[in-house]
Amino acid sequence: MTYNVQIKVMPLKDLLDPQGKAVLGGLKNLGITSVEDVRVGKHITLQIEAASEAAARSVAEEASKKLLSNPVMEFFEIEFVN
Amino acid sequence: MKFGVVVFPGSNCDRDMQDALQNDLNKEVIMLWHKDKDLSMFSTEDCIVLPGGFSYGDYLRCGAIARFSPMMQSVIDFAKMGGKVLGVCNGFQILCESHLLPGVLLQNANQQFICKNVYISNNATGALKIPIAHGEGRYFANDAVLDELEKNNQVIFRYSDAAGLIDTQFNPNGAVRNIAGIRNKEGNVFGMMPHPERATSALLNNLDGKKVFEFLGLN
Repeated sequence: MTYNVQIKVMPLKDLLDPQGKAVLGGLKNLGITSVEDVRVGKHITLQIEAASEAAARSVAEEASKKLLSNPVMEFFEIEFVN
Repeated sequence: MKFGVVVFPGSNCDRDMQDALQNDLNKEVIMLWHKDKDLSMFSTEDCIVLPGGFSYGDYLRCGAIARFSPMMQSVIDFAKMGGKVLGVCNGFQILCESHLLPGVLLQNANQQFICKNVYISNNATGALKIPIAHGEGRYFANDAVLDELEKNNQVIFRYSDAAGLIDTQFNPNGAVRNIAGIRNKEGNVFGMMPHPERATSALLNNLDGKKVFEFLGLN
């Protein structure tokens, strides 16, 4: 069966996120001033052919750990959307 | 000592590196395509260089996809056998993603791509004027890793002023502890953000890059 998996990759909370900072500046220029902080990450979707949700999860975790995220700078969260 | 320069899709400093090594340092250079994997013409006395650029369009993270190219598997094996490897700019990012060097290169703290001459220093070379050109050059690792690097004398260059004074005000990108370049514990893998290959010719009015190659024992 095919599982649709969404993976969220975000910069670690302790790290400065210059992209988020730049977007925050843009929002302020736009007149949206109540936003206090912005952080920008990635949203990755995978279609995984697997025998079970557990098997699909283990594929998604391996992909996230080995390539889709770098634990020195990012963390990831996996969500199933079927 | 001969050199191999790996060409990835998106490398753009590979020919500069070749020119500097061949014409300014009088070295034999073999260009290596990322899809190949043959390094049998090299001994561990030789050096493989990962040049600057934007390998694989910097997709996902700088260097993340280059790490899995066929040639990089051979380069990783070569490094583990004790072969010399130098990564400059994007090459440094690839070495970190490949786990041949610890840490990571993050987006510059000031949110800008920076292209200018800076000074980098260590106790042996003093201050050298070397150009940088990067958007993601902010070296980062956790304190435990950094302490280990310092303990083993693995920091090869830090950002400084022209007199060699190392201070945050001379740090162009926000790199932790002013780090511009590091080596591995064994001392055969080197990574640095500044471009020594752009400073090896009298025509360019800067020969400090030659001193970088000398300091690294790549001359």
